[in-house]
Amino acid sequence: MNKESNLYTFTFAVVMVLIVGTILAVTSEVLQPRKKQNTADKKMIDILSAIGVDASRVDANDKYTQYIYGSTVIDFKGNVIEGNAFDIDILFQYRDKTLSPQDKKYPVFNAKKDSFEYVIIPMVGSGLWGPIWGFVALENDYETIYGAVFDHEKETPGLGAEINTDFFEIPFKGKKIKNQLGKFVSIIVKKGGAEKGNNHQVDGITGGTITSDGVTDMLFNTLRLYDNYFSNLVSKDRLSQKGSESEALESEIVKSINNNKITE
Amino acid sequence: MRKSFFSKKHQKLIADPMGDQNPITIQVLGICSALAITTQLENALVMTLAVIFVMTSASSIISILRNLIPNRIRIIVQLIVVASLVALVDQILKAFLPDASEQLSVFIGLIITNCIIMGRLEAFAMGNKLFDSFLDAFGNALGYGWILVAVAFVRELFGSGKLMGYDIPGFSYLYEIGYMNNNLMILPPMALVVVGLIIWLQRSRNKDLIEEN
Repeated sequence: MNKESNLYTFTFAVVMVLIVGTILAVTSEVLQPRKKQNTADKKMIDILSAIGVDASRVDANDKYTQYIYGSTVIDFKGNVIEGNAFDIDILFQYRDKTLSPQDKKYPVFNAKKDSFEYVIIPMVGSGLWGPIWGFVALENDYETIYGAVFDHEKETPGLGAEINTDFFEIPFKGKKIKNQLGKFVSIIVKKGGAEKGNNHQVDGITGGTITSDGVTDMLFNTLRLYDNYFSNLVSKDRLSQKGSESEALESEIVKSINNNKITE
Repeated sequence: MRKSFFSKKHQKLIADPMGDQNPITIQVLGICSALAITTQLENALVMTLAVIFVMTSASSIISILRNLIPNRIRIIVQLIVVASLVALVDQILKAFLPDASEQLSVFIGLIITNCIIMGRLEAFAMGNKLFDSFLDAFGNALGYGWILVAVAFVRELFGSGKLMGYDIPGFSYLYEIGYMNNNLMILPPMALVVVGLIIWLQRSRNKDLIEEN
């Protein structure tokens, strides 16, 4: 057979691509369950770390069932909607620019540790070079932070990348996302250091200002959505009487989210 | 005539790329991955194993097919072989070593563009027998790997004060008397500097390697 002929070249290419394609497709299918399990394990480890429970890939599942007793999905107004909280990929939602805040789903996890109850809120935002994300655990007053963990994709090593270290995360413990009047104020990661005794500020990272600000924005944008849900939870009846007020709040939130989107 | 398993020629195929024909320090190929994944020893080892697997398999496959591959599309065929092997490695890592896979992220995919692999396929496997090609690929992958491991060793030790992610026992005393980890080691430029030091060492030992300008 003439190896230089077009027919031979074409046949060779087609046969080769068919064989290679089959092999890759089969491998991918066979390994799919394991890959899914790995992603789920990682997520469980992250969720548990927010309440200070160290899990490894080996015991992630057991510990998750031990500590996490429930989960809820809410929409941007803080209303409970249907869905499986664990299956919601907020990073995926965040990257999907066609999705407006109204269309996104917001998961929340209920944890119980040493007979205290906590809610764990996953969040995602923008750092300097790429996305940053985290999990914040609140005590059952829905305003005191019990624990917070953050991580990033590619922040500057030694600077912004430090958001996933203890020295940055531990000061969040005990801070409050509401002021004494019960108004939502979030937590500010303060450049130059938090004011002494301020319950709503933590130390920023010197040289990592943009990442620090990213954390501030992420906390604010995420927690405010949940704050609505928590208020509903605390005083469902009271709010239902003031329907018009909550609608006004709602439109305000939509507006500020849209503003935020533009400034990004 | 059948050559013995460890004939001079076979030994040379392995030994040359480890030393005087090293793909990184002498041919200056595959530098980009040497920069990117050598902040931790573990990553360097996983990367080395992945490259060894991809290179030996690709060279063997190309060597077997060398008389069937149409000359006009030979580069494409080589690329497909390498790319599918890399996709396989990526899938296997994701399934069985998820943490390492996360750390190495895009660099596994970038093995495809590692010039050492395509270089050996085109220069050696296309014209040599199966076993020779296998040894040549293995030697070159090892030559690439030991540089990677050496650089990662230096960078992790002085950059993070750890090895394989574990603390070094003696370091806590050093910290007490004021020693600090060098963050510069973690940044990409130091990989070039460390590779440069190895090149310097190698050429000062063997003057024949020094190019004339």
